[in-house]
Amino acid sequence: MGKVGIIGVGQSAFVRGYPGSIRELAFDGFKECMQDAAITTKDIDASIICSAPEYDKQRSAAGVFAEYLGLVPQPTFYLESLCSSSSMGLRTAYSLVKSGLHDVVAVIGFQKMSEISSAESQERMGRGADIQWESPFGTMMPAYYAMYARAHMAAYGTTPDDLALIRVKAATYGQINEKAVYRKGVTFEMFSDPESPMSNPVASPLRVGDCCANADGSSCVIVANEEKAKAFCKKPVWILGLGAASTAVNLPGRDLFTGLTVAQQAGEQAYRMAGVTAKDIDVAEVHDCFTIAEMMAYENLGFAKPGEGKELIKSKETYKEGSIPVNVDGGLLSKGHPIGATGGSQIRTIVLQLRGEAGEMQVKDPEIGLVHNIGGVGLYGNVSILGR
Amino acid sequence: MGKKKKEVDDRFKKFGTVSFTSITKVNDFIDYLEKGKVMASKCKDCGLVFFPPRADCYQCLTSNMEWIEVSGTGKLVSYSKLEFAPVGFGDDLPYAIALLDYGDYKVFGRIADGVPEEEIAVGMDMKTVANELPNGQLNYVFQKA
Ligand SMILES: [Zn+2]
Repeated sequence: MGKVGIIGVGQSAFVRGYPGSIRELAFDGFKECMQDAAITTKDIDASIICSAPEYDKQRSAAGVFAEYLGLVPQPTFYLESLCSSSSMGLRTAYSLVKSGLHDVVAVIGFQKMSEISSAESQERMGRGADIQWESPFGTMMPAYYAMYARAHMAAYGTTPDDLALIRVKAATYGQINEKAVYRKGVTFEMFSDPESPMSNPVASPLRVGDCCANADGSSCVIVANEEKAKAFCKKPVWILGLGAASTAVNLPGRDLFTGLTVAQQAGEQAYRMAGVTAKDIDVAEVHDCFTIAEMMAYENLGFAKPGEGKELIKSKETYKEGSIPVNVDGGLLSKGHPIGATGGSQIRTIVLQLRGEAGEMQVKDPEIGLVHNIGGVGLYGNVSILGR
Repeated sequence: MGKKKKEVDDRFKKFGTVSFTSITKVNDFIDYLEKGKVMASKCKDCGLVFFPPRADCYQCLTSNMEWIEVSGTGKLVSYSKLEFAPVGFGDDLPYAIALLDYGDYKVFGRIADGVPEEEIAVGMDMKTVANELPNGQLNYVFQKA
Protein backbone atom coordinates (compact mmCIF):
# COMPACT_ATOMS: atom_id res chain seq x y z
CA MET A 1 0.00 0.00 0.00
CA GLY A 2 1.42 3.36 -1.06
CA LYS A 3 1.62 6.73 0.57
CA VAL A 4 -1.28 9.12 1.12
CA GLY A 5 -0.83 12.70 -0.01
CA ILE A 6 -2.51 16.07 0.28
CA ILE A 7 -3.09 17.50 -3.20
CA GLY A 8 -5.10 20.60 -2.41
CA VAL A 9 -5.74 23.02 0.45
CA GLY A 10 -8.00 26.03 0.85
CA GLN A 11 -9.80 28.16 3.34
CA SER A 12 -12.20 31.08 3.43
CA ALA A 13 -11.20 34.31 5.10
CA PHE A 14 -11.96 33.96 8.82
CA VAL A 15 -14.40 36.75 9.63
CA ARG A 16 -16.91 38.00 12.17
CA GLY A 17 -20.48 37.68 10.89
CA TYR A 18 -20.09 35.97 7.50
CA PRO A 19 -22.62 37.58 5.11
CA GLY A 20 -24.01 34.34 3.70
CA SER A 21 -25.42 30.91 4.57
CA ILE A 22 -23.37 27.94 5.76
CA ARG A 23 -23.35 26.26 2.33
CA GLU A 24 -22.02 29.49 0.82
CA LEU A 25 -19.39 29.71 3.53
CA ALA A 26 -18.30 26.13 2.80
CA PHE A 27 -18.08 27.01 -0.91
CA ASP A 28 -15.42 29.66 -0.22
CA GLY A 29 -12.92 27.22 1.29
CA PHE A 30 -13.83 24.48 -1.19
CA LYS A 31 -13.33 26.79 -4.19
CA GLU A 32 -9.83 27.82 -3.12
CA CYS A 33 -8.94 24.17 -2.50
CA MET A 34 -10.29 22.97 -5.86
CA GLN A 35 -8.42 25.72 -7.70
CA ASP A 36 -5.30 24.74 -5.77
CA ALA A 37 -5.72 21.05 -6.61
CA ALA A 38 -6.80 21.80 -10.20
CA ILE A 39 -9.16 18.81 -10.31
CA THR A 40 -12.89 18.50 -10.97
CA THR A 41 -15.61 17.37 -8.59
CA LYS A 42 -15.81 14.10 -10.61
CA ASP A 43 -12.31 13.31 -9.36
CA ILE A 44 -13.48 13.30 -5.73
CA ASP A 45 -14.82 9.96 -4.48
CA ALA A 46 -16.24 11.01 -1.11
CA SER A 47 -16.55 14.02 1.18
CA ILE A 48 -16.33 14.35 4.95
CA ILE A 49 -18.03 17.40 6.47
CA CYS A 50 -16.46 18.45 9.78
CA SER A 51 -18.08 20.79 12.29
CA ALA A 52 -19.54 21.17 15.76
CA PRO A 53 -23.27 20.78 15.07
CA GLU A 54 -24.51 22.79 18.04
CA TYR A 55 -23.83 25.96 16.03
CA ASP A 56 -25.91 24.85 13.03
CA LYS A 57 -29.60 25.31 12.43
CA GLN A 58 -29.36 22.90 9.48
CA ARG A 59 -29.67 19.30 10.57
CA SER A 60 -27.11 16.99 8.95
CA ALA A 61 -25.31 19.57 6.85
CA ALA A 62 -23.28 16.94 4.93
CA GLY A 63 -25.98 16.23 2.33
CA VAL A 64 -26.72 19.92 1.84
CA PHE A 65 -23.05 20.74 1.28
CA ALA A 66 -22.37 17.78 -1.00
CA GLU A 67 -25.16 18.91 -3.32
CA TYR A 68 -24.12 22.57 -3.21
CA LEU A 69 -20.48 21.71 -3.95
CA GLY A 70 -21.28 19.28 -6.75
CA LEU A 71 -20.17 16.23 -4.77
CA VAL A 72 -23.29 14.09 -5.26
CA PRO A 73 -23.90 11.21 -5.82
CA GLN A 74 -20.64 10.36 -4.04
CA PRO A 75 -20.92 9.33 -0.37
CA THR A 76 -20.75 12.09 2.23
CA PHE A 77 -21.02 12.13 6.01
CA TYR A 78 -20.68 14.38 9.00
CA LEU A 79 -17.83 14.11 11.52
CA GLU A 80 -17.52 15.82 14.89
CA SER A 81 -14.81 15.99 17.52
CA LEU A 82 -15.36 19.60 18.63
CA CYS A 83 -12.48 21.91 17.68
CA SER A 84 -10.40 19.06 16.22
CA SER A 85 -13.14 17.88 13.84
CA SER A 86 -11.25 18.51 10.61
CA SER A 87 -8.03 16.88 11.87
CA MET A 88 -10.14 13.86 12.74
CA GLY A 89 -11.51 14.28 9.20
CA LEU A 90 -7.96 14.05 7.82
CA ARG A 91 -7.38 10.89 9.87
CA THR A 92 -10.60 9.37 8.54
CA ALA A 93 -9.82 10.38 4.94
CA TYR A 94 -6.37 8.79 5.31
CA SER A 95 -7.91 5.49 6.34
CA LEU A 96 -10.52 5.58 3.54
CA VAL A 97 -7.75 6.12 0.99
CA LYS A 98 -5.19 3.79 2.58
CA SER A 99 -7.74 0.99 2.66
CA GLY A 100 -8.29 1.34 -1.07
CA LEU A 101 -11.98 2.08 -0.62
CA HIS A 102 -11.55 5.53 -2.20
CA ASP A 103 -8.82 7.21 -4.26
CA VAL A 104 -9.56 10.87 -3.49
CA VAL A 105 -11.43 12.29 -0.47
CA ALA A 106 -12.33 15.91 0.38
CA VAL A 107 -12.26 16.99 4.04
CA ILE A 108 -14.43 20.08 4.43
CA GLY A 109 -14.48 21.93 7.74
CA PHE A 110 -16.70 24.84 8.60
CA GLN A 111 -18.29 26.82 11.40
CA LYS A 112 -20.60 29.76 11.24
CA MET A 113 -20.50 30.73 14.89
CA SER A 114 -22.69 33.74 14.11
CA GLU A 115 -25.44 31.40 12.82
CA ILE A 116 -26.95 31.57 16.30
CA SER A 117 -27.43 34.64 18.51
CA SER A 118 -24.78 35.53 21.05
CA ALA A 119 -27.23 34.63 23.85
CA GLU A 120 -27.70 31.17 22.30
CA SER A 121 -23.95 30.92 21.91
CA GLN A 122 -23.44 31.85 25.58
CA GLU A 123 -25.93 29.19 26.56
CA ARG A 124 -24.10 26.57 24.49
CA MET A 125 -20.81 27.69 26.02
CA GLY A 126 -22.19 26.69 29.40
CA ARG A 127 -22.84 23.21 28.07
CA GLY A 128 -19.34 22.75 26.66
CA ALA A 129 -18.30 20.52 29.54
CA ASP A 130 -19.79 17.60 31.49
CA ILE A 131 -23.37 18.92 31.58
CA GLN A 132 -24.44 16.63 34.42
CA TRP A 133 -21.68 17.36 36.92
CA GLU A 134 -19.70 20.46 35.92
CA SER A 135 -21.83 22.83 33.84
CA PRO A 136 -24.25 23.39 36.80
CA PHE A 137 -21.34 25.22 38.52
CA GLY A 138 -21.22 27.79 35.70
CA THR A 139 -18.16 26.58 33.78
CA MET A 140 -16.72 28.07 30.58
CA MET A 141 -13.92 27.08 28.22
CA PRO A 142 -11.64 29.98 29.29
CA ALA A 143 -12.07 29.05 32.96
CA TYR A 144 -11.01 25.44 32.36
CA TYR A 145 -7.91 26.48 30.43
CA ALA A 146 -7.33 29.07 33.17
CA MET A 147 -7.19 26.20 35.67
CA TYR A 148 -4.47 24.58 33.56
CA ALA A 149 -2.67 27.94 33.44
CA ARG A 150 -2.88 28.28 37.24
CA ALA A 151 -1.55 24.75 37.76
CA HIS A 152 1.29 25.39 35.27
CA MET A 153 2.18 28.62 37.08
CA ALA A 154 2.14 26.89 40.47
CA ALA A 155 4.31 24.00 39.27
CA TYR A 156 6.80 25.83 37.06
CA GLY A 157 6.72 29.53 37.93
CA THR A 158 5.23 30.46 34.56
CA THR A 159 3.77 33.98 34.68
CA PRO A 160 0.93 35.86 32.97
CA ASP A 161 3.69 37.91 31.29
CA ASP A 162 5.11 34.73 29.71
CA LEU A 163 1.67 33.97 28.30
CA ALA A 164 1.29 37.52 26.97
CA LEU A 165 4.42 36.97 24.86
CA ILE A 166 2.61 34.18 23.01
CA ARG A 167 -0.22 36.56 22.08
CA VAL A 168 2.27 39.19 20.92
CA LYS A 169 3.82 36.59 18.60
CA ALA A 170 0.42 35.50 17.24
CA ALA A 171 -0.53 39.10 16.48
CA THR A 172 2.80 39.64 14.71
CA TYR A 173 1.72 37.10 12.10
CA GLY A 174 -2.02 37.81 12.20
CA GLN A 175 -1.15 41.22 10.79
CA ILE A 176 0.40 39.69 7.67
CA ASN A 177 -2.19 36.92 7.15
CA GLU A 178 -4.94 38.25 4.91
CA LYS A 179 -7.23 35.40 6.05
CA ALA A 180 -7.02 36.37 9.73
CA VAL A 181 -9.97 37.85 11.61
CA TYR A 182 -7.74 39.91 13.93
CA ARG A 183 -5.31 41.93 11.84
CA LYS A 184 -4.09 44.36 14.50
CA GLY A 185 -0.86 44.25 16.45
CA VAL A 186 -0.77 43.41 20.16
CA THR A 187 2.01 44.76 22.36
CA PHE A 188 3.27 43.35 25.64
CA GLU A 189 2.43 46.69 27.30
CA MET A 190 -1.29 46.33 26.44
CA PHE A 191 -1.56 43.50 28.96
CA SER A 192 -0.74 45.88 31.83
CA ASP A 193 -2.63 48.89 30.41
CA PRO A 194 -6.07 49.17 32.07
CA GLU A 195 -7.21 51.20 29.05
CA SER A 196 -6.52 48.25 26.72
CA PRO A 197 -9.19 45.55 26.41
CA MET A 198 -6.32 43.00 26.25
CA SER A 199 -5.74 43.50 29.99
CA ASN A 200 -9.33 42.79 31.07
CA PRO A 201 -9.67 39.69 33.24
CA VAL A 202 -11.80 36.86 31.81
CA ALA A 203 -11.12 33.93 34.13
CA SER A 204 -8.08 34.35 36.35
CA PRO A 205 -5.23 34.19 35.46
CA LEU A 206 -6.34 34.55 31.80
CA ARG A 207 -7.11 37.95 30.29
CA VAL A 208 -8.88 38.96 27.09
CA GLY A 209 -5.53 38.97 25.28
CA ASP A 210 -5.01 35.32 26.22
CA CYS A 211 -8.17 34.19 24.42
CA CYS A 212 -8.68 33.37 20.75
CA ALA A 213 -11.07 35.20 18.46
CA ASN A 214 -14.38 33.57 17.51
CA ALA A 215 -14.91 33.60 13.77
CA ASP A 216 -16.92 32.22 10.87
CA GLY A 217 -14.88 30.26 8.39
CA SER A 218 -14.41 27.17 6.24
CA SER A 219 -11.50 25.04 5.14
CA CYS A 220 -10.89 22.20 2.73
CA VAL A 221 -8.17 19.58 2.33
CA ILE A 222 -8.09 17.04 -0.50
CA VAL A 223 -6.38 13.73 0.18
CA ALA A 224 -5.36 11.20 -2.49
CA ASN A 225 -3.57 7.89 -2.85
CA GLU A 226 0.03 7.94 -4.09
CA GLU A 227 -0.79 7.23 -7.72
CA LYS A 228 -3.47 9.92 -7.99
CA ALA A 229 -1.46 12.38 -5.91
CA LYS A 230 1.49 12.10 -8.29
CA ALA A 231 -0.77 12.31 -11.34
CA PHE A 232 -2.73 15.35 -10.13
CA CYS A 233 -0.16 17.32 -8.21
CA LYS A 234 3.34 18.67 -8.84
CA LYS A 235 4.10 19.11 -5.12
CA PRO A 236 2.08 16.61 -3.10
CA VAL A 237 2.59 16.81 0.65
CA TRP A 238 2.63 13.37 2.24
CA ILE A 239 0.91 12.34 5.44
CA LEU A 240 3.81 10.82 7.39
CA GLY A 241 2.30 10.29 10.82
CA LEU A 242 -1.07 10.51 12.54
CA GLY A 243 -1.92 10.33 16.24
CA ALA A 244 -5.18 10.68 18.13
CA ALA A 245 -6.28 10.29 21.75
CA SER A 246 -9.09 11.09 24.18
CA THR A 247 -9.50 11.50 27.93
CA ALA A 248 -12.17 12.06 30.59
CA VAL A 249 -14.39 15.04 29.86
CA ASN A 250 -14.61 15.93 33.55
CA LEU A 251 -11.54 17.11 35.43
CA PRO A 252 -11.77 14.57 38.31
CA GLY A 253 -11.14 11.86 35.70
CA ARG A 254 -7.75 13.36 34.84
CA ASP A 255 -4.33 13.30 36.50
CA LEU A 256 -2.33 15.93 34.61
CA PHE A 257 -3.14 19.65 34.90
CA THR A 258 0.09 21.19 33.62
CA GLY A 259 -0.32 19.70 30.17
CA LEU A 260 -2.72 17.73 27.97
CA THR A 261 -2.35 13.95 27.96
CA VAL A 262 -4.16 13.74 24.62
CA ALA A 263 -1.47 15.93 23.03
CA GLN A 264 1.35 13.87 24.55
CA GLN A 265 -0.21 10.61 23.39
CA ALA A 266 -1.24 11.79 19.92
CA GLY A 267 2.21 13.34 19.50
CA GLU A 268 4.03 10.14 20.47
CA GLN A 269 1.89 8.10 18.07
CA ALA A 270 2.47 10.51 15.20
CA TYR A 271 6.24 10.73 15.79
CA ARG A 272 6.48 6.94 15.94
CA MET A 273 4.46 6.42 12.76
CA ALA A 274 6.48 9.06 10.90
CA GLY A 275 9.79 7.80 12.30
CA VAL A 276 10.81 11.28 13.40
CA THR A 277 11.31 13.17 16.67
CA ALA A 278 10.44 16.67 17.84
CA LYS A 279 13.88 17.82 16.66
CA ASP A 280 12.97 16.97 13.07
CA ILE A 281 9.98 19.33 12.96
CA ASP A 282 10.75 22.45 10.91
CA VAL A 283 7.44 24.27 11.32
CA ALA A 284 4.37 23.65 13.50
CA GLU A 285 0.77 24.70 13.89
CA VAL A 286 -0.50 24.21 17.44
CA HIS A 287 -3.96 24.66 18.91
CA ASP A 288 -3.59 28.04 20.68
CA CYS A 289 -7.24 28.56 21.63
CA PHE A 290 -5.66 30.23 24.68
CA THR A 291 -2.07 31.32 25.21
CA ILE A 292 -1.59 28.63 27.87
CA ALA A 293 -2.64 26.01 25.30
CA GLU A 294 0.33 26.95 23.07
CA MET A 295 2.68 26.92 26.07
CA MET A 296 1.52 23.41 27.00
CA ALA A 297 1.78 22.31 23.35
CA TYR A 298 5.51 23.25 23.30
CA GLU A 299 6.03 20.90 26.22
CA ASN A 300 3.58 18.12 25.27
CA LEU A 301 5.09 17.84 21.78
CA GLY A 302 8.67 17.83 23.05
CA PHE A 303 9.73 21.22 21.65
CA ALA A 304 10.58 22.08 25.27
CA LYS A 305 10.92 20.08 28.48
CA PRO A 306 7.97 20.30 30.93
CA GLY A 307 8.06 23.74 32.54
CA GLU A 308 10.49 25.15 30.00
CA GLY A 309 7.97 26.31 27.42
CA LYS A 310 8.37 29.85 28.69
CA GLU A 311 12.05 29.88 27.71
CA LEU A 312 11.09 29.03 24.14
CA ILE A 313 8.84 32.05 23.77
CA LYS A 314 11.12 34.38 25.75
CA SER A 315 14.01 33.57 23.41
CA LYS A 316 11.69 33.91 20.38
CA GLU A 317 12.60 30.39 19.21
CA THR A 318 8.98 29.93 18.05
CA TYR A 319 9.10 32.99 15.80
CA LYS A 320 9.55 32.55 12.05
CA GLU A 321 13.34 32.86 12.29
CA GLY A 322 13.63 30.65 15.39
CA SER A 323 14.58 26.99 15.77
CA ILE A 324 10.96 25.80 15.84
CA PRO A 325 8.53 28.28 14.25
CA VAL A 326 5.02 27.87 15.69
CA ASN A 327 1.77 29.43 14.42
CA VAL A 328 3.43 31.84 12.06
CA ASP A 329 0.01 32.39 10.45
CA GLY A 330 -1.40 34.11 13.56
CA GLY A 331 -2.74 30.94 15.16
CA LEU A 332 -6.22 30.63 16.59
CA LEU A 333 -5.45 33.69 18.71
CA SER A 334 -5.29 36.12 15.76
CA LYS A 335 -6.30 34.12 12.69
CA GLY A 336 -9.48 33.09 14.50
CA HIS A 337 -11.09 29.82 15.57
CA PRO A 338 -14.13 28.71 13.54
CA ILE A 339 -14.27 25.37 15.36
CA GLY A 340 -14.85 22.82 12.58
CA ALA A 341 -12.69 24.74 10.08
CA THR A 342 -9.68 25.19 12.35
CA GLY A 343 -7.85 21.90 11.76
CA GLY A 344 -8.16 22.23 7.99
CA SER A 345 -6.78 25.75 8.17
CA GLN A 346 -3.81 24.53 10.25
CA ILE A 347 -3.16 21.77 7.70
CA ARG A 348 -3.38 24.35 4.89
CA THR A 349 -0.75 26.50 6.57
CA ILE A 350 1.67 23.59 6.93
CA VAL A 351 1.09 22.39 3.36
CA LEU A 352 1.77 25.89 2.00
CA GLN A 353 4.90 26.10 4.17
CA LEU A 354 6.21 22.74 2.91
CA ARG A 355 5.56 23.77 -0.69
CA GLY A 356 7.35 27.08 -0.12
CA GLU A 357 4.17 29.01 -0.92
CA ALA A 358 3.51 30.74 2.41
CA GLY A 359 4.50 34.20 1.18
CA GLU A 360 5.49 36.66 3.89
CA MET A 361 4.94 33.96 6.51
CA GLN A 362 7.30 31.47 4.84
CA VAL A 363 9.89 29.88 7.12
CA LYS A 364 13.20 28.85 5.57
CA ASP A 365 13.01 25.64 3.55
CA PRO A 366 10.97 23.36 5.86
CA GLU A 367 10.83 19.64 5.09
CA ILE A 368 8.66 18.31 7.89
CA GLY A 369 5.72 20.08 9.53
CA LEU A 370 3.37 19.24 12.40
CA VAL A 371 -0.28 20.04 13.16
CA HIS A 372 -1.54 19.84 16.77
CA ASN A 373 -5.31 20.21 16.99
CA ILE A 374 -7.24 19.82 20.26
CA GLY A 375 -11.00 19.30 20.77
CA GLY A 376 -12.64 20.72 23.88
CA VAL A 377 -10.50 21.29 26.96
CA GLY A 378 -7.95 18.63 26.07
CA LEU A 379 -10.76 16.14 25.54
CA TYR A 380 -9.68 15.07 22.06
CA GLY A 381 -6.20 15.44 20.60
CA ASN A 382 -4.96 14.99 17.04
CA VAL A 383 -1.38 15.36 15.85
CA SER A 384 -0.56 15.07 12.15
CA ILE A 385 2.96 15.09 10.70
CA LEU A 386 3.34 16.09 7.06
CA GLY A 387 6.38 16.03 4.78
CA ARG A 388 7.47 16.90 1.27
CA MET B 1 -57.66 10.23 29.27
CA GLY B 2 -58.09 9.91 32.96
CA LYS B 3 -55.00 7.77 33.10
CA LYS B 4 -52.79 8.42 36.08
CA LYS B 5 -49.61 10.20 34.95
CA LYS B 6 -46.50 8.16 35.58
CA GLU B 7 -44.35 9.85 38.23
CA VAL B 8 -41.00 11.02 36.89
CA ASP B 9 -38.03 10.99 39.23
CA ASP B 10 -36.40 14.26 38.18
CA ARG B 11 -34.67 15.13 41.45
CA PHE B 12 -31.42 15.96 39.68
CA LYS B 13 -32.88 19.17 38.28
CA LYS B 14 -32.09 20.66 41.70
CA PHE B 15 -28.32 20.34 41.16
CA GLY B 16 -26.40 23.57 40.68
CA THR B 17 -27.39 27.10 39.75
CA VAL B 18 -28.78 25.76 36.47
CA SER B 19 -29.15 22.00 36.01
CA PHE B 20 -28.99 20.55 32.51
CA THR B 21 -29.95 17.04 33.63
CA SER B 22 -33.07 15.95 35.47
CA ILE B 23 -33.22 12.19 35.15
CA THR B 24 -30.30 10.02 36.21
CA LYS B 25 -29.81 6.75 38.08
CA VAL B 26 -27.76 8.58 40.71
CA ASN B 27 -30.62 10.87 41.77
CA ASP B 28 -30.04 9.88 45.42
CA PHE B 29 -27.04 12.23 45.29
CA ILE B 30 -29.59 15.04 45.67
CA ASP B 31 -31.22 13.46 48.75
CA TYR B 32 -27.81 13.21 50.39
CA LEU B 33 -27.06 16.86 49.48
CA GLU B 34 -30.33 17.85 51.17
CA LYS B 35 -29.06 16.10 54.29
CA GLY B 36 -25.78 18.01 54.04
CA LYS B 37 -23.72 15.17 52.64
CA VAL B 38 -21.64 15.04 49.47
CA MET B 39 -21.33 11.49 48.20
CA ALA B 40 -19.14 9.51 45.83
CA SER B 41 -19.98 6.03 44.55
CA LYS B 42 -17.96 2.85 45.05
CA CYS B 43 -18.16 -0.36 43.05
CA LYS B 44 -18.95 -3.23 45.43
CA ASP B 45 -17.34 -5.71 43.04
CA CYS B 46 -13.92 -4.13 42.40
CA GLY B 47 -13.75 -1.33 44.97
CA LEU B 48 -13.18 1.50 42.47
CA VAL B 49 -14.34 4.84 43.85
CA PHE B 50 -16.00 7.25 41.44
CA PHE B 51 -16.42 10.98 41.64
CA PRO B 52 -18.56 12.23 40.07
CA PRO B 53 -20.71 9.32 41.23
CA ARG B 54 -21.95 6.88 38.63
CA ALA B 55 -24.45 4.05 38.34
CA ASP B 56 -22.25 1.64 36.41
CA CYS B 57 -18.70 0.22 36.64
CA TYR B 58 -16.92 -0.01 33.29
CA GLN B 59 -14.33 -2.33 34.78
CA CYS B 60 -16.76 -4.98 36.05
CA LEU B 61 -19.66 -4.20 33.71
CA THR B 62 -21.89 -4.30 36.77
CA SER B 63 -24.11 -1.75 38.47
CA ASN B 64 -23.44 -2.84 42.00
CA MET B 65 -22.67 0.52 43.59
CA GLU B 66 -22.72 1.86 47.12
CA TRP B 67 -22.56 5.45 48.30
CA ILE B 68 -19.57 6.68 50.29
CA GLU B 69 -19.22 10.12 51.81
CA VAL B 70 -16.66 12.63 50.53
CA SER B 71 -14.98 13.33 53.85
CA GLY B 72 -11.75 14.73 55.23
CA THR B 73 -9.75 17.20 53.21
CA GLY B 74 -8.44 17.41 49.68
CA LYS B 75 -5.61 19.46 48.21
CA LEU B 76 -6.47 22.32 45.88
CA VAL B 77 -5.19 21.29 42.43
CA SER B 78 -6.20 24.51 40.67
CA TYR B 79 -8.89 27.15 40.46
CA SER B 80 -10.06 30.08 38.35
CA LYS B 81 -12.14 33.11 39.26
CA LEU B 82 -14.63 33.97 36.53
CA GLU B 83 -15.46 37.54 35.50
CA PHE B 84 -17.93 36.40 32.82
CA ALA B 85 -20.51 33.66 33.07
CA PRO B 86 -22.72 31.58 30.80
CA VAL B 87 -26.43 32.46 30.53
CA GLY B 88 -28.18 31.79 33.85
CA PHE B 89 -25.09 32.19 36.02
CA GLY B 90 -24.59 35.97 35.82
CA ASP B 91 -26.09 36.64 39.26
CA ASP B 92 -23.45 34.38 40.84
CA LEU B 93 -20.48 36.45 39.55
CA PRO B 94 -17.74 36.61 40.52
CA TYR B 95 -17.22 32.99 41.51
CA ALA B 96 -14.34 30.53 41.40
CA ILE B 97 -14.39 26.98 40.04
CA ALA B 98 -11.85 24.57 41.47
CA LEU B 99 -10.61 20.99 41.75
CA LEU B 100 -9.70 19.14 44.97
CA ASP B 101 -7.57 16.00 45.06
CA TYR B 102 -8.60 13.52 47.78
CA GLY B 103 -6.05 10.89 46.73
CA ASP B 104 -8.46 8.12 45.71
CA TYR B 105 -10.61 10.54 43.76
CA LYS B 106 -10.95 14.21 42.86
CA VAL B 107 -13.89 16.59 43.25
CA PHE B 108 -14.77 19.45 40.91
CA GLY B 109 -16.84 22.33 42.28
CA ARG B 110 -16.86 25.92 43.43
CA ILE B 111 -14.89 27.67 46.13
CA ALA B 112 -17.19 29.04 48.86
CA ASP B 113 -18.06 32.72 48.32
CA GLY B 114 -16.65 33.76 51.69
CA VAL B 115 -13.08 32.61 51.01
CA PRO B 116 -10.96 35.69 50.12
CA GLU B 117 -8.95 35.21 46.92
CA GLU B 118 -5.67 36.20 48.60
CA GLU B 119 -6.08 33.23 50.94
CA ILE B 120 -6.46 30.74 48.09
CA ALA B 121 -3.32 28.89 47.05
CA VAL B 122 -2.70 25.80 44.95
CA GLY B 123 -1.83 22.91 47.28
CA MET B 124 -3.84 24.17 50.27
CA ASP B 125 -6.15 21.81 52.18
CA MET B 126 -9.86 22.32 51.66
CA LYS B 127 -13.05 20.46 52.50
CA THR B 128 -16.21 19.87 50.49
CA VAL B 129 -19.44 21.14 52.03
CA ALA B 130 -23.06 20.84 50.83
CA ASN B 131 -24.55 24.21 50.01
CA GLU B 132 -27.96 25.73 49.28
CA LEU B 133 -27.97 28.45 46.61
CA PRO B 134 -30.02 31.68 46.90
CA ASN B 135 -32.44 30.38 44.22
CA GLY B 136 -33.18 27.26 46.30
CA GLN B 137 -30.99 24.97 44.17
CA LEU B 138 -28.34 22.74 45.77
CA ASN B 139 -24.64 22.33 45.09
CA TYR B 140 -21.48 21.92 47.15
CA VAL B 141 -18.57 24.27 47.78
CA PHE B 142 -14.99 24.11 48.99
CA GLN B 143 -14.03 25.76 52.28
CA LYS B 144 -10.67 26.20 53.97
CA ALA B 145 -9.95 23.11 56.05
ZN1 LIG C 1 -16.17 -2.51 39.44
